[in-house]
Amino acid sequence: MSRAVVRPKSWVMFILLAICLINSAALAQDPARFPKPEFESGYQQPPTQTPPPRSTGREWMDVFVLAVALGLTSYFALKKRSRRAIWAMAVFSVIYFGFIREGCVCAVGSLQNVSAALFLSDYVIPLTVLAFFVIPLIFTLFFGRTFCAAVCPLGAVQDLVMVKPVPVAGWLQEVLGLFRYVYLGFAVLFAATGSAFLICRYDPFVSIFRMGNDFGMMLYSIGFVALSIFVARPYCRFLCPYGVLLGWMSQLSKKHLTITPDSCHVCRLCETSCPMGAIDKPTPEKLPVTREQGIRRLGVLLIFVPVMIAIGGGTFSRLDVFLSKMHPTVSLAEKIDLENRTGTAGTTVETLTFRSSGTPAETLFAEAGIIRKRFRIGGWLLGGFLGLILGVKLIGLSIFRTSTEYEPNRAACFSCGRCFSYCPNEHQRLENIRHY
Amino acid sequence: MNNEKEKLGRREFIKDALRTMTAAVIGGMGGFIGGRAAKNTVWQLDPNKCVQCERCSTHCVLTESAVKCVHAYDVCGYCQLCGGYHRPGAKIQDTAAENQLCPTGAIQRTYVENPYYEYTITEALCNGCGKCVKGCGAFGNGSLYLQVRHDRCLNCNECAIATVCPSGAYQRVPSDRPYILKGQQGQGS
Ligand code: SF4
Ligand code: SF4
Ligand code: SF4
Ligand code: SF4
Repeated sequence: MSRAVVRPKSWVMFILLAICLINSAALAQDPARFPKPEFESGYQQPPTQTPPPRSTGREWMDVFVLAVALGLTSYFALKKRSRRAIWAMAVFSVIYFGFIREGCVCAVGSLQNVSAALFLSDYVIPLTVLAFFVIPLIFTLFFGRTFCAAVCPLGAVQDLVMVKPVPVAGWLQEVLGLFRYVYLGFAVLFAATGSAFLICRYDPFVSIFRMGNDFGMMLYSIGFVALSIFVARPYCRFLCPYGVLLGWMSQLSKKHLTITPDSCHVCRLCETSCPMGAIDKPTPEKLPVTREQGIRRLGVLLIFVPVMIAIGGGTFSRLDVFLSKMHPTVSLAEKIDLENRTGTAGTTVETLTFRSSGTPAETLFAEAGIIRKRFRIGGWLLGGFLGLILGVKLIGLSIFRTSTEYEPNRAACFSCGRCFSYCPNEHQRLENIRHY
Repeated sequence: MNNEKEKLGRREFIKDALRTMTAAVIGGMGGFIGGRAAKNTVWQLDPNKCVQCERCSTHCVLTESAVKCVHAYDVCGYCQLCGGYHRPGAKIQDTAAENQLCPTGAIQRTYVENPYYEYTITEALCNGCGKCVKGCGAFGNGSLYLQVRHDRCLNCNECAIATVCPSGAYQRVPSDRPYILKGQQGQGS
């Protein structure tokens, strides 16, 4: 266009150039190959339909239902002491939070949203999701894990299918229970680096609630439900990362469900009543080690803990390259790098898309480098956390709290109320109520 | 006995203190991220990034994907030979099934006036594969595009399609503006 103008004044040139640029920019944005038709028959162009999502009001309604369900379950577990009422609440939660609401968002998963919100500056968390995370924790801080008893849809589903639970040896339960901390650590790491929501991806029950998923996930879900028939709450006891937090809260809880309505006579009737292995026996008169031995052991362990933290941190921070593969940017960068080195291009849809986007590979590599650095720091934290947990668990083995009663273990008890009916005092209480 | 009681009292006191502290920490953390918290969000795909890889149709947790093709009528050229409707190389430009690009026959073609034809998506049939989107983008005005339909989407915490989308088209958008539309509607809202 400008070539046709012979020796134009420079400002004419400038304007023409500007027009060309604007035109081409507009074209790139909206490549209308065919002009908009001029209809003569009075035809009206219909708008694109935009059905709205679930309203915010209904999300808040769910928060309200959550709070009410927690209140009711706490009342049934601590005050009314009715296993049947707790069971009914569990049925309700499976139906409402599970099948009607179809799983998302649940308190267990919300822990990832919170991690992301804490560590990623560009992640915004919806208030209702935050509420789903905080409310059960606060309730547990006052009443124990009544959330797990009957409000959590994942827990409730396992509770309802628990038909013939086999006892799991105490030490095995402890060891398997350590997986929860590992899962928690990884879930937070991957959420906080913006890589993945592990808990959602491997949620064993959501495909049941939605009644459909791909074949592999469906098999996994069915397997988990089948396992829950014979092993009491396998997900809760050995995997649930949110359960770790709830266990901490429960240990500090103001009130907690009790096996007996008044005081324990040590009749031992409830000893094996808990399918979750959550009942602590009274400590024997004679401690297995003397006080001096215990203190010495404790001293050694206290020195040992920082060492374990350091070992854990050092190990996991070295896994940064491996762990960061979970992040889509890093995995794309690796593919591009591989293609560059092997002299190929566009071997996957991802790389093809990236190459056609025109972003220079260096930008991608730089981004991936930043993310990897975050994984190095995250690895230190994760490894340190796991080392600390292991240390604290070992210390726990050598500290003996004296107790003269059968009591639910506050961290492990799900407040399900199965043990109530084993206590003779409970039968007395019910008898008394009937006599009134 | 008194000693025991004292011990218990002390333990309770420590616990009370710890509980208050924990509640404060949770509250503080809630306040910290709550201050930046936003209204509810939902998943949506950016049609300008989408490359029609067909994963939308296969990776949604729903058996019939929540992603469907939508039509920006005001971008459409109402072409007689539609790149989104007709299979490339189709000899006769009519509605015969063998000439259609859509594997489920979800696009309706109706005559408006010479030489214009209206194309409408029958959403119940669309599986979100994006074949028509690709055709329309390559040969037409790009008026057909994919969107997450919120009457179907379950708003998964982690959208299963987002994890496999090769173009990074998926993002969370405020739930009161849940679509990324093309044409006038896209600019208007
Ligand atoms: S342990 Fe986890 S999955 Fe089980 S009921 Fe509690 S929160 Fe739910
Ligand atoms: S309420 Fe009783 S039976 Fe249920 S988990 Fe707690 S201790 Fe076990
Ligand atoms: S997965 Fe992404 S690129 Fe593929 S069709 Fe869906 S939005 Fe488009
Ligand atoms: S959020 Fe879930 S239901 Fe919605 S499109 Fe993604 S996978 Fe499908």
